Amino acid sequence: MGGEENDFRRILFIWVVLSVAGDLLYWFLVGPHVPPGRMTTTAKDNQFDFNVLMVIALPVMLGVWEWMGFAAIRWNARRQDKSESVGGPTAAGNKRAEVSWIVITTVAVLFLAVFGIVALYAGNGSGGGEGPNPIQQPAGAIAAETAALAGTGSWSPNSNEVLPVQVIAQQWKFTYRYPTFGGFESTDLILPVNTEIAFNVTSLDVIHSFWAYQLEVKADANAMENNVAFTKTVQLGTFEVRCSELCGIWHGAMFNPGKVVSESAFMTWASSTESKNATNTADLPPFAWTYVPDANGAAGGYYPDGGVTPYSTVEIYGSKQPS
Amino acid sequence: MSKGGRLATVLGLFLVAVGLIVWAVASLLNPGVPGGVVDFTNAQAAGQPVQLNVQTVGSIGFGAHPSWVSYLVKDPKSGQWIHATSWKLPAHTLVQMTVDQYDSGSPLRNQEWGQVLGTIGSTATLNGTSFSVYNSNTGNGVGHTFAIPTLNISVPLVGVSGNPCASAPCHFNSPHNVETFSFKTPGPGSYNWQCFVPCALGYLFGNGGAMSTQNYMGGELEVVNS
Repeated sequence: MGGEENDFRRILFIWVVLSVAGDLLYWFLVGPHVPPGRMTTTAKDNQFDFNVLMVIALPVMLGVWEWMGFAAIRWNARRQDKSESVGGPTAAGNKRAEVSWIVITTVAVLFLAVFGIVALYAGNGSGGGEGPNPIQQPAGAIAAETAALAGTGSWSPNSNEVLPVQVIAQQWKFTYRYPTFGGFESTDLILPVNTEIAFNVTSLDVIHSFWAYQLEVKADANAMENNVAFTKTVQLGTFEVRCSELCGIWHGAMFNPGKVVSESAFMTWASSTESKNATNTADLPPFAWTYVPDANGAAGGYYPDGGVTPYSTVEIYGSKQPS
Repeated sequence: MSKGGRLATVLGLFLVAVGLIVWAVASLLNPGVPGGVVDFTNAQAAGQPVQLNVQTVGSIGFGAHPSWVSYLVKDPKSGQWIHATSWKLPAHTLVQMTVDQYDSGSPLRNQEWGQVLGTIGSTATLNGTSFSVYNSNTGNGVGHTFAIPTLNISVPLVGVSGNPCASAPCHFNSPHNVETFSFKTPGPGSYNWQCFVPCALGYLFGNGGAMSTQNYMGGELEVVNS
């Protein structure tokens, strides 16, 4: 037993040294570069969460590797001139090993569970779609969303107001409506920095998924549903939006770049686009969180069996109608 | 069977299996282009704009899906209308596009596509009159769009009354709208183009059938250095 006791001490010492060194190297050298980056609060939080998971997982991985190394070399049966020198019956009833294993794994799992729940709540959904009635949302979001729907919303640089942006998915392109700027629609997604954004994601046809990877925002787009996701921009730069739900032949081409710009640059862009698109905005349906394709103009809409009479919206969606 | 015979049989079957796998993978990686690629790279003198003429028809009238809506293109060499939606274009070159629109229209599902986007001057002409926005809730609505999403180009193709042309290619005497616009090709690469009007009758959301099959309502621009 004395030899094994020494082995255990050696393993513990090497494991502690490797784990501390590995975690420190990872945290300071690799961690800051882990995707999705630090363009938004949710991206930063996501990176932090991933790094926390990693510094917990790294010692576990190193411990397993080290144990395997000892088993393969030091405890090799031929070298020991006997079989099962450590495992099997020898290990049975080792209270210290059993209790240590149960306690360490239980603490790790419970810590991660609590950590994940807190991170999800504290991050207002961590950039994920929270459905039409989010449980967690940033201060001012309800007021901004209510005003946006009523057409009375406002946003200006340094106002710290939440900016609602509607994401409209369709086969096979995303477009964006800005209700606080007259409800204009654009193929460009431009966002102001240092601003809480409320993405309101919906679809005009099949299920899509709005994934702004560098912003750490991901929300499914369903027809007749408003899926709300929050983030706060903190860094200037470009990002990419992709559809992450297989949606048909051009799914792979359903992407577009986006930009986080200064608040003044955003104001200039939004105001000029509102003015430039005024004619088309007048032809758009009134701003709503969701649209019934027929009510929105449903060219080639819902045709059963090759007939020429489209299904009514009631046939498709039951009695549910947009307010 | 002798040991050598069995070995030869196994080896033969193995080679057949390998051949089938290689063929399947090669077919997947290079599926070919339905209708072929129409080459516009040598259709004009160096430095001159490419003249790209297409027509949209309510039903192609032939082939595997005669009732499907489709685009056709005028072959720059023969001058004939052909059923091909993959076009080879020279890079960094002005393309002057003319669309003969023979199909009916309706309100757009998303009026955003009523705008002319990404063309030179962000305008197009409809029967000789310049426009930048078309309200699809008026008149005959919009039948189709010509859009190259990655280049942010989209042009609404205004519908005509009824479906005056039963099968393609449609004759110039049939009622139709003529739209023109220009855009500049980007650097070399492959760019998909498509219609944004869900015009595939009989398919859920109007986006199956002709909207989801190469060589009907979408295709590829193969942009190459000339």
